[in-house]
Amino acid sequence: MAEINLKVSSSPHIYTAESIPRIMVAVVLSLVPAAAGAVYFFGLHAAMLIALAAGSAVGVEALCQKVRGVPVKINDFSAAVTGVLLAFNLPANVPWWMAIVGSAFAIVVVKELFGGLGYNIWNPALAARAFLLASWPTSMISSTDFPAPRDGTLSGLQLDSISQSTPLQFIKNVISPLLDKPEEATRAQLEAVRGALEQMQGLDYVLSLFWGRVGGVIGETSVALLLIGAIYLLIRGYIDWRVPLGYIGSVAVLAWVFAGPEGYFTGNAAVHVFSGGLILGAFFMATDMVTTPVTRKGKWIFALGCGVLTMLIRIKGGYPEGVSYAILLMNTATPLIDSYTRPKIYGGS
Amino acid sequence: MTLINDKGKKSYLMLKQATFPGGVHPPDSKEATRDKQIETLQLPSRVILPLQQHIGAPLECVVAKGDEVSLGDIVARATGFVSVPLHATLSGTVKDVGSYMHPAGLAMEAVVIESDGEDTWADGVLCERDWRGLDSDELKKLIREAGIVGLGGAAFPTHVKLSPPADKTIDTFLVNGAECEPFLNADYRQMMERAGELIEGIKILIKILGCERTLVAVEDNKPAALEKLDSLLAGEQDIAVAPLRTKYPQGGEKQLVEALTGRHVPSGGLPMDVGCLIQNVSTILSVFDAVTKGRPLLDKVVTVAGASGNPGNYLVRIGTPVEEVLTQVEGEIPENLGKVIMGGPLMGLALPGLDVPVLKGTNGLVLMEHPVPVPVHEPCIRCGRCVDTCPVRLVPCELALFAENERWDKCREYHVMDCIECGSCSYTCPAGRNLVQLIRFGKYTVMSEDKQKKDKK
Repeated sequence: MAEINLKVSSSPHIYTAESIPRIMVAVVLSLVPAAAGAVYFFGLHAAMLIALAAGSAVGVEALCQKVRGVPVKINDFSAAVTGVLLAFNLPANVPWWMAIVGSAFAIVVVKELFGGLGYNIWNPALAARAFLLASWPTSMISSTDFPAPRDGTLSGLQLDSISQSTPLQFIKNVISPLLDKPEEATRAQLEAVRGALEQMQGLDYVLSLFWGRVGGVIGETSVALLLIGAIYLLIRGYIDWRVPLGYIGSVAVLAWVFAGPEGYFTGNAAVHVFSGGLILGAFFMATDMVTTPVTRKGKWIFALGCGVLTMLIRIKGGYPEGVSYAILLMNTATPLIDSYTRPKIYGGS
Repeated sequence: MTLINDKGKKSYLMLKQATFPGGVHPPDSKEATRDKQIETLQLPSRVILPLQQHIGAPLECVVAKGDEVSLGDIVARATGFVSVPLHATLSGTVKDVGSYMHPAGLAMEAVVIESDGEDTWADGVLCERDWRGLDSDELKKLIREAGIVGLGGAAFPTHVKLSPPADKTIDTFLVNGAECEPFLNADYRQMMERAGELIEGIKILIKILGCERTLVAVEDNKPAALEKLDSLLAGEQDIAVAPLRTKYPQGGEKQLVEALTGRHVPSGGLPMDVGCLIQNVSTILSVFDAVTKGRPLLDKVVTVAGASGNPGNYLVRIGTPVEEVLTQVEGEIPENLGKVIMGGPLMGLALPGLDVPVLKGTNGLVLMEHPVPVPVHEPCIRCGRCVDTCPVRLVPCELALFAENERWDKCREYHVMDCIECGSCSYTCPAGRNLVQLIRFGKYTVMSEDKQKKDKK
């Protein structure tokens, strides 16, 4: 009889084929359509930013893990996901080194200093975006310097007398101040504003946002390309539908109710949903497993919280977009949400 | 399919397959042995009968080295109410009473019988009986004397389970034919080959319990068994087939109760607290054999599957060393054997060696080749899959962290004692974390803490 050498272990003895690398590779794949779109819309500089951000994230992660004396696990692709998502949050014309600095911050400060994958409190890509925004605000939110996508314009509007910017920046910086103090505006300006608002109501405009003819950061331009990736992740079961539904749904309702130029229930929900990085944020960042609640109820609360904070920032806050800060704030609340949303156990009173 | 309504009458409705929230869908891997008829293995040369066959006190050995025993002789006596006798499963000579390796990995007191090859029955054991003339207590006595324990896994003495306290009324009897563990077909084959006797056994138990309705629960990956039982039960008013959606751990008692009655067994309680009683298909057939033929529990149908050259369903004498089972089934012990699981791959025991015996509760031997899967135990990425799959609605990822960091107070707060150890969390974890393993550790630590506190008082 052959010598036998039996393994003894506590059950179970079979395991799912799912693994962290499988999930992360799927996330990278899901971002490919939007990345390809970015190169089409913004040219090779965008490709370089994505490659630099992803490459430096992976490199810095390997370095950190070496320094920490833990196994180097860059082949789990989590650093690559962080890098690509960070690049997606950059305007297409930022200097190349900003992608590297941002990635390094994401990996070193936000991820590895907290213990590496699984232990970080905030989404590394979003925290790094916040860091870049605070450090180099002119590059990150300059209202007029963003490049326009290849087939469109920065605002997606046909305007003569008003300078171009992304739609939400345009609403925040141009439309709202003018409508707040109409007595200080010229008639031409007021007419232009009305024209712009009317254009934004049209189906053509929504389609421009959907297909990618309106400006923004690298990854958010085409809703269609983002949705291809999102649907793939939903089918694979790697993102929970509750989060994007709750987040986008609450933004749509709040935008319609509160964000109108002419009082309640006049808001343009489509513009708020399809711009300002909401689709990117709701499908790819608010669904980040590590930094969001594990319970189903918690996911709903997280999603609604993101929606409320996003609209609060857009309507009342100083920034036109708000998605990043809304998600980062809800990341902070995640442990609290988890501890208050434990499911009622079977047979529990 | 039919189901019985709350008034105990059959309602011939197409019903949605019953199920429970959570659970996992491992590959069912049953194909290889599904259509293999039960084959009786040759008599083993010896059997090893551990005195600890079930929960409760170990039995009291009544034979000594050198004694001659016949098939069905009692070799160890019950030591209390929660205890049943152990019978000789071979005729021959008691070779030894001593310490032998148990499948659980500890050496335990056991009786070893060497076969004389004759297989002669002890006098007065077998007898034809008409159970209809017997009352509940007489039936329970026969069940106890036959050494019957719950064969679905827990091996709890059956006569005890059939004797609920006077203040508990059983209205629903659930026959557990779910067999939700992958690879196993022992219960399925018995349902297919002994359906008539199974129904007779069910009727014996209904007489003991006096319950209103009986549901024979079978997962929908066994359509032939569902159909067969449904047609045999066509004339019955109070017994019906209940199809279950195939999902692990549907065969767990609490999950069966939830799926079929919508009731929840209270935390720390038993199904009888909500008027339900569950018996496994194999147990019921043993009851049938014991009551109608006087035959004690001597053998078990065991599915041999996995990395087997000759997968099938085999009738094996209790006490047969696993090595002997595998030699007979495979021809010789397969090379490169990496793990032998007694039971299914989700809750079964990984055997420490092949010299351990088949027990009363054994329903499968699943073979795995090297390299066997080993969970990688990466950090939790908080994906929440364990939370979604836990049939008890625990938060396994957090519970495991508490146990890992020895936070027993938090383990209690997060209901560690309610874990049914089904292993769905570990199965589904993409980080390969040892979730149920850590939770078990927490559970046993909390249990021993409680026991210490109690002993101090």
